[in-house]
Amino acid sequence: MREIPVDVLIIGAGAAGMGAALGAAREGVQKVIIIEREDRTGGILNQCIHNGFGLHYFREELTGPEYAERIKSLLKDYENVEFKGDQFVKAIDYKNRTVIVVSREGIVLYRPKTLVVTTGARERPMGGILLPGTRPAGIFTAGVAQRWINLENRKPGNRALVIGSGDIGLIMARRLTLEGIKVEAVVEKMPYPGGLERNIRQCLKDYDIPLYLSHTVVEVRGKDRVEEVVIAELDNNFRPIAGTEKVFKVDTLVLSVGLIPQTNLFKDFLRTDPWTKGIVCTSSGRTSMNWIFAAGNCTVIYDLVDWVTEEGEKAGKYAAFYVKNGQEAAKFPLEKGQNVGILFPNYYEEGTNLNIYLRVKKPMDRGIIRIKQRNNLLYNKVHASLMPSEMVNVKIPEPKIGVGDITVEVVEA
Amino acid sequence: MRIGIIGAGAVGALTARELTRYDLEVYIFEKEFDVGMGVTKANSAIIHAGYDDEPGTLRAKFCAKGNEMYSAVAKELDIEFKRIGSLVLAFSDAELRIIEELYKRGLENGVPGLEIWDRDKILAHEPNINQEVLAALWAPTAGIIEPWMIAIAAVENAVENGAKLFLNTEVTDIVIENNKIKRVVTNNGDFEVDVLINAAGLYGDYVSKMAGVETLPIHPRKGEYILLDKEEFGGFVKSVLFPTPSTLGKGTLVTPTIDGGILVGPTAVDLPGERKFREDTSTTIQGFEFLMAKAFKMTPNIDFRSSIKTFAGLRPETPIKDFIVGRTKVNGFFNAIGTRSPGLTAAPAIACFLVEEIQEAMGITFHRRANFNPIRKRIRSYIQMPLEDWDRIIEKDPLAGNIICSCNKVTEREIVEAIKRGARTVDGVKFRTRAMFGSCQGGFCSHKIMKILARELGVDVSDVVLRNEKTKILYGKVRT
Amino acid sequence: MREEKLVCVMCPVGCRLTVRISYNHGSGNGEAVVEGYRCNRGIAYAQQEILDPQRILPTSVLVEDGEMELVSVKTNKPVPRRMIFEIMEIVKKTKVKAPVRTGDVIIPNILNTGADVIATRSVNKKV
Repeated sequence: MREIPVDVLIIGAGAAGMGAALGAAREGVQKVIIIEREDRTGGILNQCIHNGFGLHYFREELTGPEYAERIKSLLKDYENVEFKGDQFVKAIDYKNRTVIVVSREGIVLYRPKTLVVTTGARERPMGGILLPGTRPAGIFTAGVAQRWINLENRKPGNRALVIGSGDIGLIMARRLTLEGIKVEAVVEKMPYPGGLERNIRQCLKDYDIPLYLSHTVVEVRGKDRVEEVVIAELDNNFRPIAGTEKVFKVDTLVLSVGLIPQTNLFKDFLRTDPWTKGIVCTSSGRTSMNWIFAAGNCTVIYDLVDWVTEEGEKAGKYAAFYVKNGQEAAKFPLEKGQNVGILFPNYYEEGTNLNIYLRVKKPMDRGIIRIKQRNNLLYNKVHASLMPSEMVNVKIPEPKIGVGDITVEVVEA
Repeated sequence: MRIGIIGAGAVGALTARELTRYDLEVYIFEKEFDVGMGVTKANSAIIHAGYDDEPGTLRAKFCAKGNEMYSAVAKELDIEFKRIGSLVLAFSDAELRIIEELYKRGLENGVPGLEIWDRDKILAHEPNINQEVLAALWAPTAGIIEPWMIAIAAVENAVENGAKLFLNTEVTDIVIENNKIKRVVTNNGDFEVDVLINAAGLYGDYVSKMAGVETLPIHPRKGEYILLDKEEFGGFVKSVLFPTPSTLGKGTLVTPTIDGGILVGPTAVDLPGERKFREDTSTTIQGFEFLMAKAFKMTPNIDFRSSIKTFAGLRPETPIKDFIVGRTKVNGFFNAIGTRSPGLTAAPAIACFLVEEIQEAMGITFHRRANFNPIRKRIRSYIQMPLEDWDRIIEKDPLAGNIICSCNKVTEREIVEAIKRGARTVDGVKFRTRAMFGSCQGGFCSHKIMKILARELGVDVSDVVLRNEKTKILYGKVRT
Repeated sequence: MREEKLVCVMCPVGCRLTVRISYNHGSGNGEAVVEGYRCNRGIAYAQQEILDPQRILPTSVLVEDGEMELVSVKTNKPVPRRMIFEIMEIVKKTKVKAPVRTGDVIIPNILNTGADVIATRSVNKKV
């Protein structure tokens, strides 16, 4: 078996991994290797052929494949970066800092000085939402349906119902419609949509696709193929209200019911957040082990791929710093205050800028996001129309930050 | 002598294998696309110790014996089988009295190693059990298995030893002449047989009737299940946890699966006997709520946000709550039906019994074949292998280095081998390799597996099916 | 007269706009009065969005002899939303031969919209 020493090893060549490679390469470490399960870079971007990416990072609106190609081309000039596709991480022997990688060429033991975990997320499967009824052919997660239709040139069905109004669900509703697959409705269990306003407009309203808020599937019917899907309205306790059932004659059910950070390889030795399931990180992207960094959807589910790349870049940069100086700064926890549902990162690490991502728990028309370190107010600003579905990014530059725990809260303005 | 077996579930498959030890022509008729896809596929996957069954029943007769036989059966057929032990939990004095009854009954049934445990001992063994537990019946011989593998492996071994498997072959009539079995009529042709064994599971009473043998009616009892992700809940419990049984059966259990996940189930809902209900494996909101409540009582820290799969199975229940096994008034026609729980456990014992029963009933003696090979080898998996060995294999066989299912680390070689051994569907690959069984439930690999199936079967990926010809997954091309 | 609420997408501020639309029956023209904007781009966006919305259309085109069966494409400028299905009909009938490079024009000036349908990924020839 070959052993390969490397300064920075990156697992996953999606938007975060490519950003990490860029961040590490720029710092001039000798060797950066990105290993990837698929044969190409770009990860899920390859199948996201819709536009809407890159407005922050590239100041230009791009489709997924274009975005992927752009970052790839940014890496072209760095000779210290190597991409290896069709590679599978079997396991990580964290005690010996060894990553065991299997491919058709055999088994390789990578011995990285630092590791950057950019493994993205998986889709919650149908069993994850306790979908009642039969289990026939014709039930797809949105990403799988997207892959068939956009990459493999295959139709997942003729008439569809989409469950979940997150961005992927909305995008797929439009995509299916454009390809002549009739989308009967999008069904959302929350009283508000899960996706961005812009996608509600451009994916649903543009095509007159009804959106049923506060509704859920109460029965899938059909022995061999999906034949009917029954939905019902939910009361305030998320229980179906008898008598509100609607039956849709569809042959396809597309589920867009959440992404789960993909951390299976790491959970034995990296701390994960029990609520988000993401890898716990500091503001430098450092995990609970000082030589391992993480970024992207394996840490927290982002709204924008641009943020994912930016966070990847940062993790790559600090991984490279760690290769060079082996230092680790003091860290202070970030605490969730009032009306904060999701908060990332979990710690502030001294010497870094603090790039906070948060989601409110409940919608708020006008809310003040208030970030305090002890008695020092780091940030205090009114934000309009705060929605759980829309992640907010707050940047606090390093000079403003002192020592001590940091609290983030959102209060009525 | 020609022996036909109707149904390639656990009972039919093991019986077929048992018969191939002798100089006989063995035919297996299975109406489905694959073996083990009926009652066998969806149950608690438990090999029961045998203390539940009232002495004098066929259940009692076959369960403890079947349990004992599983060590050898699993070894010969190279199936993973773990005797992890079971605990029947008592939370009240009344329940304590019941488990003491079970203890006595177990002794009578010849169940080895039974013990009554107190709270401290229970919690030391299973810290996630509700602290309010009073006592438990410990049965060390209870085990877990992949039930579909019993059918898959036994049929593979039977076919290796000369049995003929006819899939997609539904028996539509049975011809009797002079009160003797003559012929089986199927949608796939007629077969002359001298002996016919009815192991048709949920359809056992229909088949029996075709032979002119009225039996007690069978009705399906539905059991719903929830499977929790091993990545989140692996190791949550080490043994099979039962509540104290009620009249409706053994109750909802919480158990590890062979694959490492945690299985919660079943419910127990009796459905009417009409044919359409014998296909009703739908799950229900009520069922899920029932399971969650039951599981919370035994293991309060369980978290159903980690569920990855739900399913329901049907058990063939009869009014006597017992198996119907043995000779009938028709010469050469034998029943092995009503195999409700613990049918899976009892299956090897039923298979052996039938071999004796046929000889006795027909006054004949089977002759052993000298070249019977009892050994079947599982599809080689690489994930547990020393790295050096795996690396050497990949050098000669690159497919063994191509991991397709990244949750369960299943390689392209294993998938190709599964197809070679008879998997023709996505489920066929899944149940033979455990690909798509993990956290992502095929989210990352189902397209790759479908493309491998298409390549190996020589069809377009649009023609790959989930479990039978009516379950195409894709509807052709987007652009032509 | 009807009222519609919009979120401005011209910049990340995301002004919540209210548009009051009155139709001049007979001529097919309408008028949209916008409120809630913080800059003029908001007015322009809202009027366009309400009266004749424009969209980038991303989809895919069949590739012959490619390592993939499809190449993803988009219109390089927004096109009138009302023309999207008409454009799709043409896209569905279009075939290109591999190799295709990102940015290649697949259909120039589709339906005289002034927008080209361009490739958004590269597809190599099948080996």
